[in-house]
Amino acid sequence: MAWTGLSIGLDALSYGMVLFIISIGLSIMMGLMRVVNLAHGAFAMIGGYLASFALKNAGVGYPLAIVLTVLGTIAIAFPLEFLLYRRIYRKSDELTQILLTIGIAFVIIGVANYVLGPTTKPIPLPPLLSGPVDLGFRMIPAHRIFVVICGVCTAGLLWLLIDRTEFGIRLRAAVDNGDMAESLGIKTQILFSATFALAVGLAAFGGVVGAELLPVEPFYALRYMVTFLVVVSVGGAGSIPGAVAASILLGLADTTGKYLAPEYGEFFFYLAVILVVFLFPNGLLGRRH
Amino acid sequence: MTDRTMVDGMSAPRLTLPLELRAVAITLALGALGYALFPDDLAFLTRLISIALLVLSLDLVTGYCGVASLGHAAIYGVSAYVVGNACLAGHSDPLLLLLVGAVAGAVMGLVSGALVTRFKGLPQLVLSIAVGQLVAALANKLSTLTGGSDGLSGISPGRIFGIYAFDMYGRTGYVFSVAVLLIVFVVLLRIVRSPFGLLCQAIKDDGLRARMIGARVYPRLVLMYGVSGVVGGIGGALNAINTGVVGLDSVGFERSAEALVMLVLGGAGSLWGALIGSIVFQVFEHYVSAANPFHWMTMVGALLIAVVLFAPKGLVSLGGLLAGRTASVLRRRP
Amino acid sequence: MSQSLLELRNVSMSFGGMRVNDDISFSIGKGERVALIGPNGAGKTTLVNVISGDLTPSQGAVQLAGVDVTGLPISDRVDAGLIRTFQITRLFKSLTVAQNVALAVMQRKGLTRQIFSSPMDRPDVRREWERALGTLGIAHLADRQVSKLAYGQQRLLDLAIGLALEPKVLLLDEPAAGVPSEESSKIIEAIDRLPSDIAVLMIEHDMDLVFKFARRVLVLANGKLIFQGDPAEVTHHQEVRRAYLGSYADARHAS
Ligand SMILES: Nc1ncnc2c1ncn2[C@@H]1O[C@H](COP(=O)(O)OP(=O)(O)OP(=O)(O)O)[C@@H](O)[C@H]1O
Ligand SMILES: [Mg+2]
Repeated sequence: MAWTGLSIGLDALSYGMVLFIISIGLSIMMGLMRVVNLAHGAFAMIGGYLASFALKNAGVGYPLAIVLTVLGTIAIAFPLEFLLYRRIYRKSDELTQILLTIGIAFVIIGVANYVLGPTTKPIPLPPLLSGPVDLGFRMIPAHRIFVVICGVCTAGLLWLLIDRTEFGIRLRAAVDNGDMAESLGIKTQILFSATFALAVGLAAFGGVVGAELLPVEPFYALRYMVTFLVVVSVGGAGSIPGAVAASILLGLADTTGKYLAPEYGEFFFYLAVILVVFLFPNGLLGRRH
Repeated sequence: MTDRTMVDGMSAPRLTLPLELRAVAITLALGALGYALFPDDLAFLTRLISIALLVLSLDLVTGYCGVASLGHAAIYGVSAYVVGNACLAGHSDPLLLLLVGAVAGAVMGLVSGALVTRFKGLPQLVLSIAVGQLVAALANKLSTLTGGSDGLSGISPGRIFGIYAFDMYGRTGYVFSVAVLLIVFVVLLRIVRSPFGLLCQAIKDDGLRARMIGARVYPRLVLMYGVSGVVGGIGGALNAINTGVVGLDSVGFERSAEALVMLVLGGAGSLWGALIGSIVFQVFEHYVSAANPFHWMTMVGALLIAVVLFAPKGLVSLGGLLAGRTASVLRRRP
Repeated sequence: MSQSLLELRNVSMSFGGMRVNDDISFSIGKGERVALIGPNGAGKTTLVNVISGDLTPSQGAVQLAGVDVTGLPISDRVDAGLIRTFQITRLFKSLTVAQNVALAVMQRKGLTRQIFSSPMDRPDVRREWERALGTLGIAHLADRQVSKLAYGQQRLLDLAIGLALEPKVLLLDEPAAGVPSEESSKIIEAIDRLPSDIAVLMIEHDMDLVFKFARRVLVLANGKLIFQGDPAEVTHHQEVRRAYLGSYADARHAS
């Protein structure tokens, strides 16, 4: 029984970390640019596809594949930023944003399906990560541990970036008061573009390392579209600790629910969402506006 | 379009009658046109009407109250399941089933409205999604009531007024659906111009200002959600009655998202927009999706982007623009 | 004291650590005309937000005709006759001018529950919204879409909505600021002709207008009520002069 608990706990934690890595970019984007980006999952999916191609077809090593994937996804996403996203930063209403970004997600899904087919693309793990790890009393999939480490590192590095660098200072100033930041001469457009690239890069990274848990196929973008949005809302847009807390909480709700009552599907996940939104409408650790 | 109807409705009370008569005439003409164009595919048209009711229902909360919902299919689907079960339990009078659907929809609408309109912005959107997904997960789980992934089948409604049986060509179903749509549409035209309807639009425009004229915002929004539930519920009931089966897709996220797409395509905040959007989208879908479902997705996406960029107020505004131009050209002629 | 319609007791309002209203007490009786003045950022609008119920004060109480309304929702205060206008106009943009005012009339009469009929044209309702529009000289704009109004016309409409609600206590936040003179004279006229028994609190920067309108002046500076009394005395009051000159000097310093 205790083992089951441990096992659920680790699964929940690793699932939560994947949610975190992917969602945190969306969260920062929503905190700063106030964009409800329903295509965020599509960028994670593109990351997965690129990694699959790099590993299987181009024979690149795993670490290099991750780097190439992140850069490649940013390169693919940037024209979209330039042509479309710029129009909806900060100003337009929610409905417009939802529709535009659902539109982008649909196009990406359609194209992926047409070009790559409807099948799930494998992302082979290096031997080091594909086997189990012996903890002495229990065997644990190495990949789960790897994902958790990735999540912790992402959170730590982001914290350093936002708390300790010039970029972070500007970012926080702009989040706190966009118009003021503009008048202080912070070039918000460049800041927005950089943040967009960061968000997309994180999504791609999460898409690759999380592919074991969220398999890469064309409907990925639609399937997890709302999950990521939910994580951001529950955590509070723009808050790193909030996103961590929300990811772990929702990862736990989902994993436990699926272990104990698999036939209920996502029922417990969304029940938890409704409860948390009612208890913390500004997010677990979000600030009031 | 809305501008004009509103002005009509207020400055000259005698004009309200022609407005509703016009709606009746246009709906009947569309019904006849549909029959002429797709005589062998009435099943498609009845489905179209059922979805159009869902889109109208969504328009009431999104277009008239400013609540962006991505979970509206919950109302439609629950009512379809309730109607299906009522029919299987032996209550097969189609009018009774419509009533059952309307009541089920109203209950669902009030419940989801009470949850969703409590907050604004992101929490609101997420709550609408969560309600939809919760219902979808339940529908999957409660397979004794819903037939799970196989769907609920074998629904065979009785005769309308005890006279007209549903025939295999779907003629009765089609006429029945057009009549229901017509009645609902005319009633809604009145509701959106009633003080209650105006107040909802006022809340959409500026909630704080509405409070400062004494409006109780939350109860009004919940009530509009209830009205929306009735309309969506009737749509779900028509779906169950006409097709005889109810599947999980009728509560799914895709159904909700598609309804929103149709609404915005036509023009949110206008009942005509909801109607036009659902017709154009589904006719388009009928042809393209049959040819290649994957291209279909790409095209819907591209269409959405185009609408947002070039016609943010929907097709109905383009229509209004066109009509305005034509009118002014005609006026210039002696 | 029993005559007082609106009374504030030790009201304070803070945002984060910033005290924008600091321990403010005053009362306004039936039929009184009171001006609230003070430099930019003094906290005047915030005070109106607190009184009208948009903000809950951090401390203190707001009473309306002897009843404590501090925790009550906005709509209950409106029902009790506490009506405000906005410094930055807020109107229902997708409705027509007439609908904006008619909605206020119907809300007051409890008709907005009606979901099927259209009582906008009922003679009693129609008479009221036409009168409110007429008072401000915008009856000819009745069918105009609000989004197509000029700024001055919007200000007139904002006030017309307020009048249509039949206030007992009316809070006006700079009703004539930034309005072209033609419209501002209509606004001033309308304020002059308000029923004599209602209490009016008007925020205003234009001192000529203040002298013309008010029997009593409240001066707010840095969130504190530093003067209340006869308009004739206000210009000689040392602290008031300092508050205004100070802010003037600061402004010059900053630019
Ligand atoms: N919601 C809020 N959150 C934080 N600070 C606020 C908020 N509302 C107002 N303030 C601050 O409170 C102070 C007083 O603002 P207020 O609008 O009440 O001034 P005012 O006297 O009406 O000025 P003006 O004459 O320019 O209209 C300002 O410094 C303003 O920045
Ligand atoms: Mg002010």
